[in-house]
Amino acid sequence: MNPIWAVALKEFQDGVRNRWFISITCIFALLAIGLSYYGSVASGQITSPSLSTTIASLSSLSVFLIPLIALLLCYDSFVGEQESGTLLLLLTYPVSHTQLLLGKFIGQGSIITLATIIGFGSAAVLLGFNTDFAKVLPAFALFILTASLLGLSFIGLAYIISLSVTEKSKAAGMALILWLFFVLIFDLGLLAILIGIENGVTQQGLVQLMLFNPADLFRLINLAALDSADVNGVLAVAINSDYSVSSLLLMMLAWVVSPLLFALFIFSKKSI
Amino acid sequence: MSENIILLEQVNKNYQQLAALQNINLKLSAGEVLGLFGHNGAGKTTMMKLILGIIKAGSGKVSVFGVDPQNKKAWSSRRKIGYLPENVSFYDQLTGFEVITYFARLKSADKKQVPQLLEKVGLSFAENRPVKTYSKGMRQRLGLAQAFLGDPKLLLLDEPTVGLDPSATKEFYNSVDQLKSNGASIILCSHILPGIEQHIDRAMILSGGKSVALGTLSTLRNIAQLPVLITTKGIDNALQHNKNLVDFMIDQNRLQVPESEKINVLRELMSFKNMTDLQVETPTLAQIYQYFLNNNKIDAKQENPL
Repeated sequence: MNPIWAVALKEFQDGVRNRWFISITCIFALLAIGLSYYGSVASGQITSPSLSTTIASLSSLSVFLIPLIALLLCYDSFVGEQESGTLLLLLTYPVSHTQLLLGKFIGQGSIITLATIIGFGSAAVLLGFNTDFAKVLPAFALFILTASLLGLSFIGLAYIISLSVTEKSKAAGMALILWLFFVLIFDLGLLAILIGIENGVTQQGLVQLMLFNPADLFRLINLAALDSADVNGVLAVAINSDYSVSSLLLMMLAWVVSPLLFALFIFSKKSI
Repeated sequence: MSENIILLEQVNKNYQQLAALQNINLKLSAGEVLGLFGHNGAGKTTMMKLILGIIKAGSGKVSVFGVDPQNKKAWSSRRKIGYLPENVSFYDQLTGFEVITYFARLKSADKKQVPQLLEKVGLSFAENRPVKTYSKGMRQRLGLAQAFLGDPKLLLLDEPTVGLDPSATKEFYNSVDQLKSNGASIILCSHILPGIEQHIDRAMILSGGKSVALGTLSTLRNIAQLPVLITTKGIDNALQHNKNLVDFMIDQNRLQVPESEKINVLRELMSFKNMTDLQVETPTLAQIYQYFLNNNKIDAKQENPL
């Protein structure tokens, strides 16, 4: 068996064994079903919400949850093995740094991807039975694709942390800070620029700044595909950007590949 | 077969300011067992990592199976190498069987080997239990099973007998002898010196990153010139009055005799009719080890007087 698949299989089985896979899937499914049926209750209506409202609220919630889950799942991937001594042992096997990293990425990445597909997909199917499959499926397909890419991107970021430190507790702390930065501090900074500096940044400039954050990118893609009437907040400004969905998706893909490449670079320089 | 499995020439390795290894020369041929001794931090693990290709030598030549272990060409030879790290705790949530299966996949070893090896190290009874329930000795056995995967032609074992009970230690040395007779070269790194002597062909003693002794045990014995200790029983008073023996006495009933005088002294002692018992202790590996370490300390002091 190719070592990449051997590592990937082990990581995936670990995820199934320690109930990560089943819990993530359940969280996603509950979230999606709950929001699509009861999401409008909060705004005082009893009817089921429109598809765009559902996707909009789903993406605002997922943007917090998915990065956190990916970071929690993967922050100890390397530092944990280093602490137990198995990383040193693995490197004496006929397995290269690249194969080990890719194997782990494929294994843990498929946990998040599959959980996203099954969790959100089940909600899409339920919603489709009640309304119209032709409308539900494309919207959810894009949402699931971007949600998976968001998860994969944060797995790569988690690997960077896991490879740069030598203690598990430090990695956990750094993962938390990274999460806070991308989902909260970054946006607060953007708001500060918008409000604090008059004409400091154009609408186009703002969108360009948002490309530096995979979480914002995720929201941008999903909201851009919706009726702008349902969206409010800072992001509404950004929706009318010049970027097409496909170019934004490519941008997200870059956010998956580049952290991985950087993690590999650190790995090859690392002394064990 | 006199081909060198391992060849180290003038190898140096520094960690920042610390000289971890200095001028190490070593040749290891097929079927040879080398004992690697030294106190903590002497450079034993660094040397193993160099041979495994995990770290790069600062200068000098490292060659394993005829290639530099850092080279991409060394990839295929990694399948022929077994390594037991000093501290490894494996994957706690997996069972022993799953751990060895995982490593067998990575090494492209035959899957049939997995139950065989678990049987060999005496873990069959616990192969379906998670590793977190294993005792220290059982983890050590798991590590050994992992090192024996494939058909290793070179084994690097760091403290293999730590945590093993006496019968498991004996079985371990049996496996070492068996692998050796199949032509495998082995480097045994150990603090536990008793019992290792009859299983190693040569010994290397490291101290402060330098090789202070390298050779067969009898060669090292000759260099060290350590005295033989003779203990007698029943002739305490008579010994003091024997002119030939009184110079060797260190105690009422004990004599310290150079190797060359051993036979003469024994003949002399045999003439005492009252003697009820006699014990002759030749220097052990531990004493030889201590001798070379102390000797090196004196050398080092002379080199840089503080």
